[in-house]
Amino acid sequence: MTYETHEYDVLVVGAGGAGLRAAIEASAGGVKVGLICKSLLGKAHTVMAEGGIAAALANVDDRDSWKVHFADTMRGGQYVNNWRMAELHAREAPDRVRELEAWGAVFDRTSDGRILQRNFGGHRYPRLAHVGDRTGLEMIRTLQDHGVHRGLDVHMEFTVVAVLTTDGRAAGVFGYERERGRFKLFRSAAVILATGGLGRAYRITSNSWEGTGDGHSLAYRAGAQLIDMEFIQFHPTGMIWPPSVQGILVTEGVRGEGGVLRNKEGRRFMFDEIPEPYRNQTADNEEEGWRYTQGDKTARRPPELLTRDHVARCINREVKEGRGSPHGGVFLDISWIKTRIQNAEDHIKRKLPSMYHQFKQLADIDITSEPMEVGPTTHYVMGGVLVDADTQMSTVPGLFAAGECAAGINGANRLGGNSLSDLLVFGKRAGEHAAIFARENQRGAVDGAAVESAARDALAPFESGRTENPYAIQHDLQDAMQRLVGIVRLEDEMREALGVLEILKRRAAMAAVHGHREYNPGWHTALDLGHLLTVSEAIARCALERKESRGGHFREDHPEKAAEFATINMAVRQSADGTMELRRLPIPEMPAELRQVIEEQK
Amino acid sequence: MQQATFRVWRGEGKTGQFRDYTTDIVPGMVVLDAIHRIQATQATDLACRWNCKAGKCGSCSAEINGKPRLMCMTRLNQLPLDQPVTVEPMRAFPPIRDLVTDVSWNFEVKKKIKPFQPRRPDAPDGTWRMAQADVDRVQEFRKCIECFLCQDVCHVLREHAMHEQFIGPRFLVYAAALEMHPLDSADRLTGLKDDHGIGYCNITGCCTKVCPEHITITENAIIPLKERVVDQFYDPVRKLLRVFSS
Repeated sequence: MTYETHEYDVLVVGAGGAGLRAAIEASAGGVKVGLICKSLLGKAHTVMAEGGIAAALANVDDRDSWKVHFADTMRGGQYVNNWRMAELHAREAPDRVRELEAWGAVFDRTSDGRILQRNFGGHRYPRLAHVGDRTGLEMIRTLQDHGVHRGLDVHMEFTVVAVLTTDGRAAGVFGYERERGRFKLFRSAAVILATGGLGRAYRITSNSWEGTGDGHSLAYRAGAQLIDMEFIQFHPTGMIWPPSVQGILVTEGVRGEGGVLRNKEGRRFMFDEIPEPYRNQTADNEEEGWRYTQGDKTARRPPELLTRDHVARCINREVKEGRGSPHGGVFLDISWIKTRIQNAEDHIKRKLPSMYHQFKQLADIDITSEPMEVGPTTHYVMGGVLVDADTQMSTVPGLFAAGECAAGINGANRLGGNSLSDLLVFGKRAGEHAAIFARENQRGAVDGAAVESAARDALAPFESGRTENPYAIQHDLQDAMQRLVGIVRLEDEMREALGVLEILKRRAAMAAVHGHREYNPGWHTALDLGHLLTVSEAIARCALERKESRGGHFREDHPEKAAEFATINMAVRQSADGTMELRRLPIPEMPAELRQVIEEQK
Repeated sequence: MQQATFRVWRGEGKTGQFRDYTTDIVPGMVVLDAIHRIQATQATDLACRWNCKAGKCGSCSAEINGKPRLMCMTRLNQLPLDQPVTVEPMRAFPPIRDLVTDVSWNFEVKKKIKPFQPRRPDAPDGTWRMAQADVDRVQEFRKCIECFLCQDVCHVLREHAMHEQFIGPRFLVYAAALEMHPLDSADRLTGLKDDHGIGYCNITGCCTKVCPEHITITENAIIPLKERVVDQFYDPVRKLLRVFSS
């Protein structure tokens, strides 16, 4: 087997917000950094983030502080978050946002010229630094341009098929470049996984083709643990019509700007059920909710801005009980604000330009004059690689994870806007600590046999005698996960899902590829299947074991929260015989100071 | 079910030919959906780039019925379906395979443009103050999703292949975003004139017409940059002053 070898001190896999931020920081740490991305640079899923970056800058409401942000994040995550990560995140996010401005990002401004912040679900005060509804693009372009000018070594359109370990420590990665299909070995003292999410395990998703859980699965196979995999965020507002746009995200910013949810009877159904922990903070009439969105500090937020898990379930309920919109969703209306403000049309176009554009072009809907039809879409996974809060190192020495593929900060449910800040805060930390690790540790020797075996596995789909179409297998997997381990879960259905996954594993072992290795998407799809099957199994097993409902995990057969699950995280790891081993990890006791912060903010 | 035929470029490097694929279509479909359908059922090795499928990442650039467009934002109901829809790669870049081209030149060009260099912070806490009105123009340029359709359609690159002398509309927009950034203090005018070939642009406006983000590339970015270059280097009064001061 022939392959090129590259050597780095720190190797970053993934060039979305977390990977870029990590690479910039590692390079500032004076070590040699390589950055690998599955697509072209700047195309990562981070560009899809619309609403903003949550950070307690207190530019719009001076009552905001890291403490309020911390308490909001813990409440949103239903207290199974890693409290240390939630604390670091809330404390450090403002500096990370200001840093972006120093690197050239151009955020929307307040009237006194500072960074403007907007309302978002679950955030007590206006907190999201934003650029219209294209904040993710602004962030990724800023990081990309800053990183490129720092001299980062970027390997585009490269897919990792294995994280290599030696004596239980990370030693590099092995994979192929898409253009020619050639293998490359990357040796490094530290590896940072920043590969994003796994939305492609579901049929209806806001994720691109890249979101196949690569980092989750690579870490798992390298011996790391995954936690919280049962917690999947179904974003309440995805497009549902026409069929070809199903799943595309409709930003929460629409609701932040005053958009309301109605069922087919015209009722604001979100007022019908307000969860206890949020009752004190939520408006109980339409007038108060409207005043909140217009910046009235005495008003409480409208129920449309409750957490995503709750809003998604309410929409699901309306549809199930026959009060949905014609295409099986509900109505999201921003056009109604013209009864309240002048020049509403221009205001909407300025605040939500890409939403206006998206609906106009893809659905023939003018959102300034008519409501949108929306429904839940698989958006984000709270679960991921178990990491140390301060350093982001996994349980495998030298293997780090940051961003969506790491777990902890979000607990059972992520607040909108906390993802972009997570990428910045923990991307930086991962980069910093990986550089330190690389300075203190030599590159490990690479096991040639492991490389040969990874290469053989990667080429297996080209062998003759195979008959399965990889696209068909992926489609069937997405369909099973959507039906059986989706937004509302039942024991029997999840057991059925595990059975289906076993069959799909056997089919995936027979996946056939036509043509040759050069830029062959059939081959790429066949290789992604292994990752999708691993993460899907982890989701189903953890969801089966958590016999309660919490955040992004809702069990129709156990609809309430249960005390026994309030203090644990579900964890999986690969056992010696290759099967998935499930364990319960107790959550460490929260220090008194942090407990007090939460009490004060109740 | 309604069907449509797509005449798709299948190529390896510089050689290739169009091949026809007929596939089912459903309401609301875009060209990228059709390509995916063909890929999943008829040609599993059909190479194309895509990511967000919502016009935000700029990956799926192609030439559809001869026009540079994003496949994910081109609705089938806007195309005549009584004849085959041609889908081919961007022709201004070296072909790799099928609809995929080598756009690496663009990434190299960006490295040559002077990076953002902020002025000293305005406030003691290290932050700046900017009015919304002063950032509106720059925000327009920063909407760019780097789909490179403007590069594809630019005569200087497409017909004259002056990639060594001219950076193309994308990077003139990039330079304009930096030059007009209220905080930026670097000078790029010499570079634009001498290294980046701003003079080669003869403002035909083709780039503006194909921009999926509706950035008014020619009027708002290139012409003001050209004016700045002219003011700096060709203004007779300044020229005279330079003669005396040297």
